[in-house]
Amino acid sequence: MKIHFRLNGSDIAIETDPCRRVVDILREDLGLTGTKESCGSGECGACTILVDGESRLSCLMVAGQISGRKITTIEGLVSQGEMHPVQKAFVDHGAVQCGFCTPGMVLAAVDLLRRNPHPGRQEIRRGLSGNICRCTGYQKIVDAVEAASRDTGDKE
Amino acid sequence: MKKEFILPKTLEELWEARAVHPRGALLAGGTDLLVRIRAGRADSQALISLDRIPDLRGISTGDGEIFIGPATTHQQLLDDYSVQKHLPLLRQSVEVLGSPQVRHMGTLGGNICTASPAGDTLPALYVLGARLDLRSPQGCRTVPIKEFIEGPGKTVLRKDEILSGIRVPMPDPGFRAGYHKVGQRKAMAIAVVSMACQVWINDHGTVGRIRLGWGSVGPTVKTLPEVEKFLEGRPLSLEVLREAGQMVSKGVTPIDDVRAGAAYRRLVAGRILLRLLDLLRKEVF
Repeated sequence: MKIHFRLNGSDIAIETDPCRRVVDILREDLGLTGTKESCGSGECGACTILVDGESRLSCLMVAGQISGRKITTIEGLVSQGEMHPVQKAFVDHGAVQCGFCTPGMVLAAVDLLRRNPHPGRQEIRRGLSGNICRCTGYQKIVDAVEAASRDTGDKE
Repeated sequence: MKKEFILPKTLEELWEARAVHPRGALLAGGTDLLVRIRAGRADSQALISLDRIPDLRGISTGDGEIFIGPATTHQQLLDDYSVQKHLPLLRQSVEVLGSPQVRHMGTLGGNICTASPAGDTLPALYVLGARLDLRSPQGCRTVPIKEFIEGPGKTVLRKDEILSGIRVPMPDPGFRAGYHKVGQRKAMAIAVVSMACQVWINDHGTVGRIRLGWGSVGPTVKTLPEVEKFLEGRPLSLEVLREAGQMVSKGVTPIDDVRAGAAYRRLVAGRILLRLLDLLRKEVF
């Protein structure tokens, strides 16, 4: 089945089995390995992508569901060679240890800041509660999102 | 085996798809179904998505009730003004359901039709007296939620029917509402015990009317009319709630599973009633 959608700002069409998981299509067919798979059952958030701007789990979506949708993966956050403010804040605050949860964390944070440009630390924790960091580096991740909200909140 | 995928855009297209694929599974948010398929615990020849049928989405108000399309996501419920204003109990239960990502994907109709004993919205919908529209190409019938769910994963939905609407009566004003959930952590927790409560307190501080429903302590949501009757006319004091809690512990029918033992669940189902003391300090709707 031919599936048309918008991926990181470009319209594309792929020929694939519509029941394949979105995470497999991104990683294996399209080479976008920034999206990670960990639990494969919706518990960990590593495979988070944005669908029409809203964070969703690419391990629990099949290709047919993204037909006509706007998909943003971690690769799509960079614009004109510049990292997204949330990505910058993660770098500046050392909010990355092994890095496996990072793409999902960043995308969950982007969605959180879109809904709530100035979240408190508790709200940040709640906004990222669907993402697990097994290095347990949560403190610095929350620091990074808090800093990103200070830097970008007013502009949006 | 290769599965078909169908994305109907109208109810007519949905009926056609079901006629062609009688063993096809209805795919709503996918947060439960796709996990079960992957684990080999569900089989289907086709996935029929409910995502693009406008008739199955959205929230409207009229005739003293709130009508919720079954494919409405949990996040859409949280963002809806009429749900915030009239159904704080449902809102509270959705706030602690899954994670942000799961709430962006999962739907209210999916939570109902999955019919898990631990389904977070179910105690709230029982307490609120929700009624469900079940539609087939031949027509529509409406049943109360407590008659819809028969047991874990079992509903009265016939093969040719879908859940096409959730009707929640607007509660009389002057109530307080609370959804209390005990789980291993706050996010992504499957309830060990949960309790939904809506209570109207009289001017002289006693309970005028109270509705209670417990999750995860029986095959379906447990309601205990004898406990409600006991509480009505009494103040929500520690002594009264302790006594009522003992009735609850005797009345529920939990099982042992990986999350908790039956004895612990009995204890918690009674003790969780003490959380009603917090309700006295909460907002009146």
